[in-house]
Amino acid sequence: MENLIALLVAAPLLGAVVLLCGGRRLDKVGHWIGTLLAAVSFGIGVALFADMLGRTAEDRTLTQNLYTWIPVEGFQADMAFQLDQLSMTFVLLISGVGTLIHVYSIGYMEHDERRRRFFGYLNLFVAAMLLLVLADNYLLLYFGWEGVGLASYLLIGFWQHKPSAATAAKKAFLVNRVGDIGLSIAIMLMFTTFGTFAFEPVLASVGETSEGTLTAIGLMLLLAACGKSAQVPLQSWLGDAMEGPTPVSALIHAATMVTAGVYLIVRSAAIFNGAPDAQLVVTVVGAVTLLFGAIVGCAKDDIKKALAGSTMSQIGYMILAAGLGPIGYVFAIMHLVTHGFFKAGLFLGAGSVMHGMNDEVDMRKYGGLRKYMPVTYATFGLGYLAIIGFPGLSGFFSKDMIIEAAFAKGGTEGWILGGVTLLGAGITAFYMTRVMLLTFFGEKRWQPDAGGELPHPHESPKSMTLPMVILALGSVFAGAFFEIGERFLKWLEPVTGYEHGNPPVSAMTVTAATMVVLVIGIAIAWTMYGRKPVPVVAPRGSLLTRAARKDLYQDDFNHVVLVRGGEHLTRSLVYLDHSVVDGVVNGTAASVGGLSGRLRKLQNGYARSYAVSMFGGTVVLIAATLLMRAV
Amino acid sequence: MSAVAASVSSMTSTGEAIQFWVLGTVAVIGALATILMKKAVHSALSLAGTMIILAVFYLANGAYFLGVVQVIVYTGAIMMLFLFVVMLVGVTAADSLKETIKGQRWLAALCGLGFGTLLIGGIANAGLTHFNGLGRVNSAGHIEGLAQLIFTKYVFAFEITGALLITASVGAMVLTHRERTERAATQRELAEKRVREGVQLPPLPAPGVYARHNAVDVAGLLPDGTPSELTVNRTLRARGQIRDVSSQAIDDLKALEQASSERLGREEASK
Amino acid sequence: MNPVNYLYLAALLFTIGGVGVLIRKNAIVLFMCVELMLNACNLAFVAFSRMHGNLDGQIIAFFTMVVAAAEVVVGLAIIVSLFRTRHSASVDDASLMKL
Repeated sequence: MENLIALLVAAPLLGAVVLLCGGRRLDKVGHWIGTLLAAVSFGIGVALFADMLGRTAEDRTLTQNLYTWIPVEGFQADMAFQLDQLSMTFVLLISGVGTLIHVYSIGYMEHDERRRRFFGYLNLFVAAMLLLVLADNYLLLYFGWEGVGLASYLLIGFWQHKPSAATAAKKAFLVNRVGDIGLSIAIMLMFTTFGTFAFEPVLASVGETSEGTLTAIGLMLLLAACGKSAQVPLQSWLGDAMEGPTPVSALIHAATMVTAGVYLIVRSAAIFNGAPDAQLVVTVVGAVTLLFGAIVGCAKDDIKKALAGSTMSQIGYMILAAGLGPIGYVFAIMHLVTHGFFKAGLFLGAGSVMHGMNDEVDMRKYGGLRKYMPVTYATFGLGYLAIIGFPGLSGFFSKDMIIEAAFAKGGTEGWILGGVTLLGAGITAFYMTRVMLLTFFGEKRWQPDAGGELPHPHESPKSMTLPMVILALGSVFAGAFFEIGERFLKWLEPVTGYEHGNPPVSAMTVTAATMVVLVIGIAIAWTMYGRKPVPVVAPRGSLLTRAARKDLYQDDFNHVVLVRGGEHLTRSLVYLDHSVVDGVVNGTAASVGGLSGRLRKLQNGYARSYAVSMFGGTVVLIAATLLMRAV
Repeated sequence: MSAVAASVSSMTSTGEAIQFWVLGTVAVIGALATILMKKAVHSALSLAGTMIILAVFYLANGAYFLGVVQVIVYTGAIMMLFLFVVMLVGVTAADSLKETIKGQRWLAALCGLGFGTLLIGGIANAGLTHFNGLGRVNSAGHIEGLAQLIFTKYVFAFEITGALLITASVGAMVLTHRERTERAATQRELAEKRVREGVQLPPLPAPGVYARHNAVDVAGLLPDGTPSELTVNRTLRARGQIRDVSSQAIDDLKALEQASSERLGREEASK
Repeated sequence: MNPVNYLYLAALLFTIGGVGVLIRKNAIVLFMCVELMLNACNLAFVAFSRMHGNLDGQIIAFFTMVVAAAEVVVGLAIIVSLFRTRHSASVDDASLMKL
């Protein structure tokens, strides 16, 4: 069976190569090829999953070594894959949700003349992400990591004729580069410390390494995760990434890209377990991002940006959980999977709404859409209930576990983290209810588009609604399926390890508290957006709202601190270069030039003048000779 | 003279000494004149004089062949070539003795002085007092001795100088030769061109022919008595070397009339 | 009189020729000065020939004359073609060897 692992990556990669190199003759069938190959990958994944289930927990790990990638003595890296339970989870999520998004895109991108290219990029994205999660060494993971960065750049900037999309793509790429530096430094540190890149030996020999080194590696890995998973302080690209087509947003936010950071931390669990300081930083980053994303999500009127803030917040939950150590790894991944379902569903729903509303994204111009788009309403509603953690739905189980684990951390830390996660749950309820109310309830606030036509909302075609329905089913049942009998825990435990935390309060109390904040959040949202009519033009709002609309001034912060700082640094360096370095060089040149200018006068071009020099030289030579003779 | 040169002695005869002092002075004066004369022709003539004196000195030193060659080749051929070129080039601004390069003359004088002093000092310091004379080597005949050396010991140098001379003559031809790029106009074409341009249809008028003057630089007279520049060669015209004899002729006529009237008056008086 | 006086005369003539080369602008006169220097050398050769009592000095002087003849021929040809293109025989006019 292990020979099939490479095919997981190869199938979408083949699709990308064929579609991107195939040219216009594939325009008619390109989307089918792309979807088919993504589905093939998913099929292989399912087959491998079935095979894996049939074996005992101890030998579920499969490896496949294709060839030696870098055959240098002492610097060897293999093109080798490792498929264990963690990778398997990701493979199913990526290829499964990825395939659904492929199907959805067939309808969504129907009128785009570059659809074939779009599917090529999607396939490339899936292939890179699969390579990332299947790699058996950090160097190959880095390869996939960069592939994801490239594919996200291509997809976010897919509508490159829009300057905003081109800029957003560039921004995502550059911010990701900052994170990539972290990953590359981490890999270099690993190589100097352990002398290899492969997961197995690196993670096995963690015990013999000093905590300082592990902390350094851990922090660098965290920087990498921050870049890819849009965590503070490298979160600024995520909101702008909404410039890409909606399926891309769904893919980036649900199945790929942003989950890569969580994967990296969980995969490197051994390193973080050995570096409590790094873990603490991870939880802090997760907590800050959790609130940051939630607050931003509350203020955005753009439906996709509101969902983007939500993603940031939910990934914050995962990072926080991953930072908790063995008590949180499993729940981080579980939340990641359930989030994959409902966030993909929400984004596809948002795309469906935009599809019906002439690509309008401002929620204040929606209203009352539930009658016009029943399927979208139903699936989006189920996703909504799942994300806020409505009892029984998947978000309820996964988020509840994280909150419990946060409290179980113990001490003041535990209370603070638990409080933050609870508060986050409340804010999540608020902003998701807000999205729901603004979009599907209330009176119609539709505005004529640029052509002066009022939108005619309609349900989207089957190819778009079908994936939404499947994802909605996942959002509803996945959590319960995972939780009953602790199936997910048992599945992942052999890889990530698990240790049951003892929260200072009982699990029931935590659940009750969660329910309370949930109800409060919904109630506030209902008072603000449900009871009274919503103005089409956004009111000025409080200071916090205004700040949140501007993404809490993240771009301004980056601009002032990084851009200006960089400019000042380069300017001073340029000044130094001009005054000192060039001064020395130019001064030398000028003095030589001046001397030459004077000497040049001797070179006047008159043959007679040269003759005098020769004659004078002869005189001197004769005099010298005679003098030497005399002496 | 042969006896003098052949004598094995560190001293020369008094005759040779007198000859040296007299001609040596003249040679130095000639050399100075060569570099100081304004006109190139004068320089050339001065140099020719110095060379002839040097030829005499060669003879005095027993180099009879060289002395003769010096007169024939140097003074006779090379200096004539110089004069040829001087005539070809003519008088130019280059003849001006005014120095244009700052400090050139001073530096030249300084270098010359230093060089001469060192050279003469060096010779004086060398202590050359003993002269073997050429009596022994000339015993089998001077020309024969030279010929033997040239065609044995120096035969390669001799052949190579032959090649050099050939090359030099070819080189001179290449350098001075100008390829004619267009066909020379025929007499008919020239006549047609004259008619077309209508400037001077008939041949140019001849210079004036007078009783006492018929040189090419004497302009012919127009009917009103003024000289016509057209009758004089263009080069002479450009140099302003036209001799105007028109007034001279009238003066001559007046003088003739006066003389005849005086004579007639005398005849009348004598009557 | 000591025949070494011929050498002094040769040195004097050579120096005069050298100074002439430096102070004259007319290329033809300049050439004449070079000839003067060559002749001074010839005189020295002849005097040395007498001093050493062999004819080699005279042979060298003879070769000098031949080479001088060749040199004069080419040199004057150069002067003539220079005059044709520049309408000047002044060596200062051909001062192109400068910046």
